[in-house]
Amino acid sequence: MSEHTPISPEITFVPAHAEDTKKIWKVFILLSVLTIIELSIGLTIYNIKLGGEGAQPTLVLAFKGMVCILTLAKAYYIVSVFMHLGEEVRNLIMTIVVPLCLFIWFITAFLVDGNSWKELRNRYNRPADAPTEQVAPVKE
Amino acid sequence: MSTATAQQGTKWWSGGRSPFNATYGKVMMWYFLMSDAFTFGAFLISYGTLRFSQNFWVDPNKVFNSFPFAEGHNLPLAFVSLMTFILIFSSVTMVLAVHEGHNMNRKGVENYMILTIIGGAAFLSCQAWEWHHLLTGEHPVLVNGVIEHWNTTVSHNPFGPEVMFNGQLVHTPGPIAFGSYFFEITGFHGFHVFSGVIINIVMYIKTKLGHFDQRGHYEMIEKAGLYWHFVDLVWVFVFLCFYLV
Repeated sequence: MSEHTPISPEITFVPAHAEDTKKIWKVFILLSVLTIIELSIGLTIYNIKLGGEGAQPTLVLAFKGMVCILTLAKAYYIVSVFMHLGEEVRNLIMTIVVPLCLFIWFITAFLVDGNSWKELRNRYNRPADAPTEQVAPVKE
Repeated sequence: MSTATAQQGTKWWSGGRSPFNATYGKVMMWYFLMSDAFTFGAFLISYGTLRFSQNFWVDPNKVFNSFPFAEGHNLPLAFVSLMTFILIFSSVTMVLAVHEGHNMNRKGVENYMILTIIGGAAFLSCQAWEWHHLLTGEHPVLVNGVIEHWNTTVSHNPFGPEVMFNGQLVHTPGPIAFGSYFFEITGFHGFHVFSGVIINIVMYIKTKLGHFDQRGHYEMIEKAGLYWHFVDLVWVFVFLCFYLV
């Protein structure tokens, strides 16, 4: 009845909502398929690791990267279809998405930092008798 | 009846209308969810930093490999898949409730809200089982040349590197940060699910009492839906960081 009447005078127009629920079910199937692919990749990693810890590190890393990309795809569909962000005006989309771009830098910077922490510790935290440079011992 | 798309050259920023074409409540819900995303992001990134700084990290397939009523079987990823599908499905019933709300169909909203609440409760039950299983399940671990039996807690981790001991492979103590981060992040997420279920119950009661019909719109269902989908969204990343990689 009031589907196309704005609920507040501040609203300029009501985004067109689909009459049927076809799109919702389509996205549900898509999310399920993506999850099943993720799970099968997870099981593949498990089977590779049965051959010993650290077996085929490049292949495992590639599979982990694929899972990350699939997760981002799932996140995109949840936000854009289930949360209806895709139907909103550009101003609202940008005010949400642009700040979240900070995550690109956060993830890069912190993971690189963690990795460098590990490498520094492996390099300088040797047993006492091993020859090292004159560096203050790093505490665990 | 207004048009379904914005007219060319609409002056969004000159006052008198919302530049986001949304009510105050909805915009603020989006901003709350954005800040919450940064909170979860900070937790997960801190977990990642610590994990990248370790030479050894726990293999999730060795920790999460049991299923209710099938203890003793090795079923990696099985239980967490169940939890993931429960949450995705409750997200679908939520978006269907929002859809029925657009059509002003009170009965439909009620039914889908009930299904969403059941989905949330089922997810919480699964999480309770998983925590119980980790906190009480004892695993042999080699400590100073003696086999001890440890639970997985914030101070103990029996899933460290494997060594040979008396002719069989046994675990040594692993990084305790694993337990701390696992319980912190899944706990914080579970708390969000819990409050989401409470919000959904309130929304169900308000629908049942006809409050939204009197108001003339079901926007509250939409806002509760945004929160609920966000909870699902966070789980997608928790699932990635703790169970898959």
